[in-house]
Parts: sequence; structure tokens; C-alpha cells
Amino acid sequence: MKIAVTSAGSSLDSMVDERFGRCRFFIFINPESKEYEAVENIYTGDVHGAGVQVAQFIVDKGVSALITGNVGPNALRVLKESGIEVYAASSMSVKKAVENYIKGKLTKISNPTTPSRHN
Amino acid sequence: MIVAIASGKGGTGKTTIAVNLALSLKDKMQVALLDCDVEEPNAHLFLLPEFKEKEPVTLPVPAIDQEKCTQCGICTRACAYHALARVGKRVLVFEELCHGCGGCGLLCPAGAITEIHKEIGFVKRGTARGIEFIQGTMNIGTALAPPVIRKVKSRIPKDKLTIIDSPPGTSCPMISAVYGADYCVLVTEPTPFGLSDLKLAVEVVRELGIPFGVVINRADMGDGEVEKYLQEQSIPLLMKIPFDRRYAACYARGGLLVEEFPELKSSFDTLWKAIERRVEA
Repeated sequence: MKIAVTSAGSSLDSMVDERFGRCRFFIFINPESKEYEAVENIYTGDVHGAGVQVAQFIVDKGVSALITGNVGPNALRVLKESGIEVYAASSMSVKKAVENYIKGKLTKISNPTTPSRHN
Repeated sequence: MIVAIASGKGGTGKTTIAVNLALSLKDKMQVALLDCDVEEPNAHLFLLPEFKEKEPVTLPVPAIDQEKCTQCGICTRACAYHALARVGKRVLVFEELCHGCGGCGLLCPAGAITEIHKEIGFVKRGTARGIEFIQGTMNIGTALAPPVIRKVKSRIPKDKLTIIDSPPGTSCPMISAVYGADYCVLVTEPTPFGLSDLKLAVEVVRELGIPFGVVINRADMGDGEVEKYLQEQSIPLLMKIPFDRRYAACYARGGLLVEEFPELKSSFDTLWKAIERRVEA
């Protein structure tokens, strides 16, 4: 089992990045073993459709849940279609967010929290 | 001849210039006015045209036959706008991100993609005071102005002077509107905002190779920085419209400056002579 967390930095002590499509890093972590991998978000500079592209990236990584701050409608549709559960976390470290996830203390996001930003 | 009226900053007076220039010339030549500010067309508020035709503007967007789709991922990787996503056994289409290039359909090896024509706006044609009037409007909830603008421009009459009222800004809609014009009039105001956005617009029209000049509207407000910039850059100052409460009141009730103020009628005549001389040169 693997989950993804959007992160401002590459370690578990980094804060959760509340932006989804334009977060700095993704942390892919096994919540039980705490083994993790930090991957830089290479899509932050994309002018168009960063949300869809990043959602596709997350889907292809085969995670079962995502922890982030805000998700727009397009990205959420991709994540939902693939059965990935999305949870909200803000103003906490990645480590704390994962602990809260394990304890079932995070709120599930089922509706977009930001408007679409395409043009 | 095609003359585009544009500006970097919004609210500088593009429509005022376009409408009044068209009116001041309509007795001398055949004139067409194109309202290419398709997000919020407003030239009709001044000219009150009678519309005779309305046609839809459509964009070809992909429809996926999920039975034929092999989830190879070629289309999702090819799409520059990320309008396609591959999820499990399905490919999702985000129509509002699609720019209608048709690339996905050409590349799909399984023949699973067909195009549907999504309506994104409409073009209306009519006449107003002897001026041919063509207007584009985007549908609410759609995001792409350029295809609507291109459709409006596809109706440019060959034998008339065409005046284009462009959308504000310096991004795709403005570029789509001014592209191919013989001359561009950049409207600005003598304020720091006006100057900053004028500089951006100048970069665009220079890049496009369109000869251009500047009109300063509300000329007695603000400072002298715009004129200083024009001098430094050797950019022609075509006209100055004074900051006059009577002009503002006329505009606010949808009145026409050249019909109410003879001094402005002669300013617009001078503006046209300046444009004509520069296009012919």
C-alpha cells in the first residue's frame, strides 16, 4: 500500500503543500513501514492543465490515497475515476499528516475545493 | 485595409475609438466594424445594429469509443493541453481544456477517437448606420476566445475598410484579433498602468510586424510619462482625446462622440489621415 502527499519539501518534516497541481514535491509513502520516496513536481511550470497532468501522474504511480490541501474539479475527476481517496491536510508536516491519516483523523475531499484554472 | 484597435490595458477606450472612427468614415467609404472582444462585446451598445444572421462557432473535441480504446496512452501523452487522462480502463476527456487541434484523433492507432462539434460561441452579422457590423460572442462557461475571433475575422469583407475592436490584454485573444492587420492603433491613458500595459502591447505588435501608432485617451489626467516613452521609442502619437466630463457623460449613455462634438469629428478625420499615410508609406 502506498499513499501520496503533496509536500513543500523532500523530507517527512516538510510541510504539506496545500496546492495540488503546483506543489513542490510529492512524497510517496507506505504508511505502515514509513518507507518513502520524494519526487519533485516537474509540472509546476505548465500553463495548461497542470491539475489533470499531475492527477494522471499520481494515478500512474498506483497510490490508494492522496493527502493534499486543495484540489480543482478536473484533477478530482481523474482521481475519483481511478478510485483514489483524497484527504485534506493543512498547516502540518507530512509526517503528522500521515499519522492523522492512519488514525482516520483527516477529512475526505469529495467536492472540488478550488475552481478550475484553465484558460 | 484592416485597422485593429487594441490596447494592453482594459478600459482605455478601444471601443470608443473603433466606433467613432467607423462612423466618421462611413460617408467616405464602405466600412465594416468587427467586434472581436468576444468575451464582452459592447460596440453594439453604441451603434445599435440590426442583426440579420447568426451562426454558431464550434470546436472539434474528441469523443472516445471506450470499446475500441486499448488504453495505449498515445493520445494522453500527445495532448499539449492535458485535455485527456487515462484512468484504469477509460480515457477521460476534459472538453473545456481541449483546443480542438485534432492531434489525438490523427494519432489514435485503434481508431477510437471521433470528433464532436462543441458549440463555443456565435457570430452575428448585420448593419448599423450603413456600417457592416460583425460581432462574436463566447458562450458562457467556455474558455477559448481565439476560435470565435477567427470565425469573426473569416467574415472580413474584401472590398471594405475593416476596423477591428480587439479584446484587451496581450495574450492569445488580442493576438488573434490584431494578427494580419495592416495597421494597429494602440489606445492608452497617461497613467502608470496605461504605460506599463502599452509597453507590453508595443512588444506584441512589433513582434507581429504590424505598423502601429498610439492614441492617448483622457489625455489631461495622469502624467507625461506615456508621451516621453513614445518620443524615446519614436512611436507616432496619432491623437489625444482630452479628459472632458461631457465626453464621459456622452459615452456613459451610449452616445456617439463624433455626432455630438464637432471638434472630435475633426480629430477623428485627422486620425484617419495619419493612419492612411502610414499604411500607404
